[in-house]
Amino acid sequence: MKRLFTLLSVLVIASMALAACGQKPTEAPAPATEAPATEAPATEAPTEPAMVEKGTIKIATQSPLSGGQSSLGVDIKNGAQLALEQLAGPLTEMGFKVELAPYDDQANPDTGVANAKQIVADPAVLCLVGHLNSGVMIPSSEEYHNAGLAAVSPANTNPKVTDRGYLEVNRIVGRDDVQGVVGAEYANSLGVKSVFIIHDKTAYGQGVAEFFKKRAEELGITVAGFEGTEEKANFDPLVTSILASNPDMVYFGGIYDQAGVLFKQAREKGYQGTFMGPDGMDSSVLAEIAGEALVSGGGMVYSTVSGPASVYPGTAKFVEDFKAKFGADPQPFAAQAYDAMAICLKAIEDAAMAKGGEMPTREEVAKAIRALKDFPGITGTYTFNDIGDVTSAKYFVIKVVSADPAKWGENEVVQTLDIAPPSK
Amino acid sequence: MKTLGTFSQEMLRRIQSGYMPYLVSILHALVGIYLVYTSPRSNIAFLIFISSLLTLYTVKTSAAYKVTAGVLLAVVVMPILGVRNIFYLEILFQICVFAALALGLNIVVGFAGLLDLGYVAFYAVGAYLWAFFGSQQYYVIPYAPGTQPADLPFLLPGDMFYLFLMLAVIIAAVTGILLGLPVLRLRGDYLAIVTLGFGEVIRVLANNLDKPWNITNGPQGITPIQRPTLPPAVVDLFNNTLGPVIGHPVKASDVYNVLFYLMALLIILVIILVARRLDDSKIGRAWTAIREDETAAIAMGIPLVRMKLAAFAAGASFAGAMGVMFAASRTFVSPESFSFMQSIGVLTMVILGGIGSIPGVILGAAVVVLLNLQVLQGLSLYLSQLRQSDAVIPIINFAWKNLSTQLDPAKYQRLLFGIILILMMIFRPAGLIPAARRQRELAVEESGD
Amino acid sequence: MQRFLKSIQLRELLRPLGQMIAFSLGSSAVLSLIIIILALILDQTAVGASTMARFKVSLFSYTIVNLPQVLIDGLTLGFVYAAIALGYTMVYGVLEFINFAHSEIFAIGAFVGVEILIALKGREILSTEMSVGNAYWWLILALLAGMAAAGLAAVVVERLAYRPLRGAPRLVPLISAIGVSFFLQDAIRLIESITTGQFHRIIPTFGNFDQRLTFGSMPLGAGSISLGVQIKSLIVIIAAVVMLIGLNYLVNATKVGKAIRAVAQDRATASLMGIDVNHIIALTFLIGGMLGGAAGVLYALKFTRIDPFVGFFPGLKAFTAAVLGGIGNLTGALLGGIVLGLLETFAGTFMSIFTMGAAGAEYKDIFAFSILILVLIFRPHGLMGENVGQKA
Repeated sequence: MKRLFTLLSVLVIASMALAACGQKPTEAPAPATEAPATEAPATEAPTEPAMVEKGTIKIATQSPLSGGQSSLGVDIKNGAQLALEQLAGPLTEMGFKVELAPYDDQANPDTGVANAKQIVADPAVLCLVGHLNSGVMIPSSEEYHNAGLAAVSPANTNPKVTDRGYLEVNRIVGRDDVQGVVGAEYANSLGVKSVFIIHDKTAYGQGVAEFFKKRAEELGITVAGFEGTEEKANFDPLVTSILASNPDMVYFGGIYDQAGVLFKQAREKGYQGTFMGPDGMDSSVLAEIAGEALVSGGGMVYSTVSGPASVYPGTAKFVEDFKAKFGADPQPFAAQAYDAMAICLKAIEDAAMAKGGEMPTREEVAKAIRALKDFPGITGTYTFNDIGDVTSAKYFVIKVVSADPAKWGENEVVQTLDIAPPSK
Repeated sequence: MKTLGTFSQEMLRRIQSGYMPYLVSILHALVGIYLVYTSPRSNIAFLIFISSLLTLYTVKTSAAYKVTAGVLLAVVVMPILGVRNIFYLEILFQICVFAALALGLNIVVGFAGLLDLGYVAFYAVGAYLWAFFGSQQYYVIPYAPGTQPADLPFLLPGDMFYLFLMLAVIIAAVTGILLGLPVLRLRGDYLAIVTLGFGEVIRVLANNLDKPWNITNGPQGITPIQRPTLPPAVVDLFNNTLGPVIGHPVKASDVYNVLFYLMALLIILVIILVARRLDDSKIGRAWTAIREDETAAIAMGIPLVRMKLAAFAAGASFAGAMGVMFAASRTFVSPESFSFMQSIGVLTMVILGGIGSIPGVILGAAVVVLLNLQVLQGLSLYLSQLRQSDAVIPIINFAWKNLSTQLDPAKYQRLLFGIILILMMIFRPAGLIPAARRQRELAVEESGD
Repeated sequence: MQRFLKSIQLRELLRPLGQMIAFSLGSSAVLSLIIIILALILDQTAVGASTMARFKVSLFSYTIVNLPQVLIDGLTLGFVYAAIALGYTMVYGVLEFINFAHSEIFAIGAFVGVEILIALKGREILSTEMSVGNAYWWLILALLAGMAAAGLAAVVVERLAYRPLRGAPRLVPLISAIGVSFFLQDAIRLIESITTGQFHRIIPTFGNFDQRLTFGSMPLGAGSISLGVQIKSLIVIIAAVVMLIGLNYLVNATKVGKAIRAVAQDRATASLMGIDVNHIIALTFLIGGMLGGAAGVLYALKFTRIDPFVGFFPGLKAFTAAVLGGIGNLTGALLGGIVLGLLETFAGTFMSIFTMGAAGAEYKDIFAFSILILVLIFRPHGLMGENVGQKA
């Protein structure tokens, strides 16, 4: 007990000394209640590089930066970081310092909500990019909504995310109930008679798979099997079931890392049909894992909103820049995170312009996002509807043309669809 | 060195005698409050403030003073500071939730010596109980996840929450007994693996019971879940009385946070009381006997089956109640919250704090939650700010900007957490506040029990 | 004397081989029998009708046609589990604590092996056209490197994180092991992502390991099911068998093995007999780690993709297998691994058919755990464990 007490006293004294030595560099001196940086004088001409420091704007990201899902989560942060570095120019010229505040939500709702509260308590944060998991996004966005902080999601496809109709919650990805339908329509147009549906038991994978199944049944396609699995390596039992029913197509609702292993194992055991998946398949690593399995037999197709270079030239440049900076190809949702950040920056800029170069409030930023018209991103052109979905999204069905991961960018668009989200 | 040692001991003795303890604890609390009040987003200020409770616990003062000061800090000061920065309130709430879970697990692991690696299963039972009855899920049963129509009615009114708080205690206890019954013959690590399996079973069920009937909505989770109603008068009252101190109008959602925090505090209080009484009772002594030597315990005529079941039931019931609270406070549950790692996390709190020791376990929960949500997160944010600034490490003249993108500190919180766990275990293997059974026995004799 | 020793050695080599064959055949036979009987019973019910509607065959013939492949897959998986489970069981036998970091040791082995193969592929030493013999030599090299690295890592972990805790309460090393597990996961992630920005690795394709040897096919409804085994599955089984025999020999027929058993039985007395206990414990970790590392490389070969978190689920399953067989018992770990592998594959394949789609492959883990609980109710010390009473 005594030692504990000594320890404690030392700790307290040390921390007091630390606190006395000075606040953290970005600690806003004003309490949370005051409007941020109102004391900054307005510059006359916003176009001129202003010398006056008008305050710091922070844009937070929340995604899993550690744990099993971190390969996707880190690249959401990296995509956003790249956008911030490339596109913050106009705001810097107006005299703001723009900073990224990356948070690790650990793919855990508890951590996500706690972080959300920390984020909203920081008055310098004007916009948020996140999350990866709908299970974290839904409870965390309650906090963003309460605090009026705008959030742009690069990855949450669960319809419930926007169906609550919050002003602050937006997403630039398609909804499950659209993407699954796109997949089923395409399968039908291929003349597929039977399909075996597998999903990864996550909100994303299962969501897409459920809607694929629903639409496929409506179109008269036989659903030979509907299975969920958390397995990452050993798909032997599932492959046995697939081979027994020998469907024309296997649809996998989930992410490429699982899908690649499944596709490879299914081909090795002699399955000859077509593979299909949602935008979680869009990674060259899929070709690295599955190799020949993607082009032999019926080949492999995936649906995505993020179009190839021929449609969106920005994508190619993004991939190049991303690789130069982070040393690896971007994972799925990294390009969306780039766009989400770009939308945040543009909205803050618009809101600041409308105020004559002053620091905008959170509410003004949230409204500015909804006011954007045909924002040209690298993965699409964005206008938000009144619940925060993109009004009309272009969906591409893309066919893998080569087993070589280096040629992933050459994959061929086989179908383009314009679909508006279901209105509430 | 020796003189320094004697000097510090002398200082300690002085601090722990006369009126000094009162002064020290009050001073610490006041400094903490002042710092948090003036810089509401400083992590260090908050840590100083929250550690004042620990000082209060450590100093030698009268029990009445400790209780009064503790209640004052926890029930009055914390909500005010918390509403000024709801992040603190969330941390406090999570500390309470995990402290309650850790206290429950402490009964099973610490008192009765039964290693339970699937403890969050009971937490999940409570959470899903209210999630099902307190949401629209009953009407969603015929639909596949995500395909249900909008605007379904709620099954029960939100105020049934209080009833389910009680119900969850019973249902979780029954679940605990159901698990306990078949596995009572198992010892040590066999029991551990069975509880681990049970924890996984519950999580997988939550993840998969969306077909053939959609009971849990699978991985999509259940939302919205209702909260008990909050009369607008309470919010007004809150604003009118505390408005000037807080400095901005308080919204209903913030008052909810305060409400859940206070409720969690109350539950913890109940748990502490029950746990202490249990530990001091015949049952508690039976548990100790089982823990120390099962064979000898049977030989002494201790009803092994009943005692083990009691431990399981008692531990589970607390987790069930906390689960209901969790579901209501989040208005959302999904299987992700009940993973194996969560069970391990709670176990870590128990052992880190001091297995079998009630204050230790609470401290363990506080330390782990603070580390996880505040300290490590704050550190990584601080470092990432440095990376975006022009700061330079002085002696080696290394600009933070040039740090490789792969060494991003935000990504490696768990690495630090791992090192901290190992070091803590090596240097304080008995926990932060080890269980002092002997000391407590003496205290019991004095109080004339 | 010389001949006497020789005969012992031969017995110690043959006994585990016999056990493995007996266990594999025995558990395959039991499970097959159960599933066939179930199929016969349910054939006339709605379950049979739904199978008929989906596959145009009776439930019975569906089961029979798929059964051989399920057995092959299940046994392959079982041997992977068994190899990992041995690491858990070795450590448990000696120290009586669950080494949670074993799954990360497994991952270290996998990464070192795969990194070597990737480097070789980069230098164009490995290719799909290379001679089969060379491919095997390189694979064995990678396997040995993985074993060495994992063994070393296990020893270092023991020295730094567990040895200082010897004598502490039983649960303390457990938490330390969890700490090690977190640390190693992120350490691997850090090291791997510095070079390429990504922290997963994919084993390069080379040699003929992906080929499938087919034994023929059986008609099923409109199509047919081919029966076969992949070369890499055979490698996994053979490598696991060799390791298991080697370990068994080491523990049961050498002086060091005797010392290990002595330390496991009573540390204090062993120390009085002149055995360097610390040395033996380190050795145990080395052996357990090497087995885990080899299992890691084999796992990567079989399942293609690895990441720093790859060890978690196989580790959990292997631990379950160790307990199922009777923890601390080498033969038990083997049996537990085989039974668990088979059970999982059976459940994954047939569950969906037998429940008419209500509960599918996603319940295979639950099924495996339920069987575990059932077994433990009737045999509280696992299938092979002896009731040695409570250790003081």
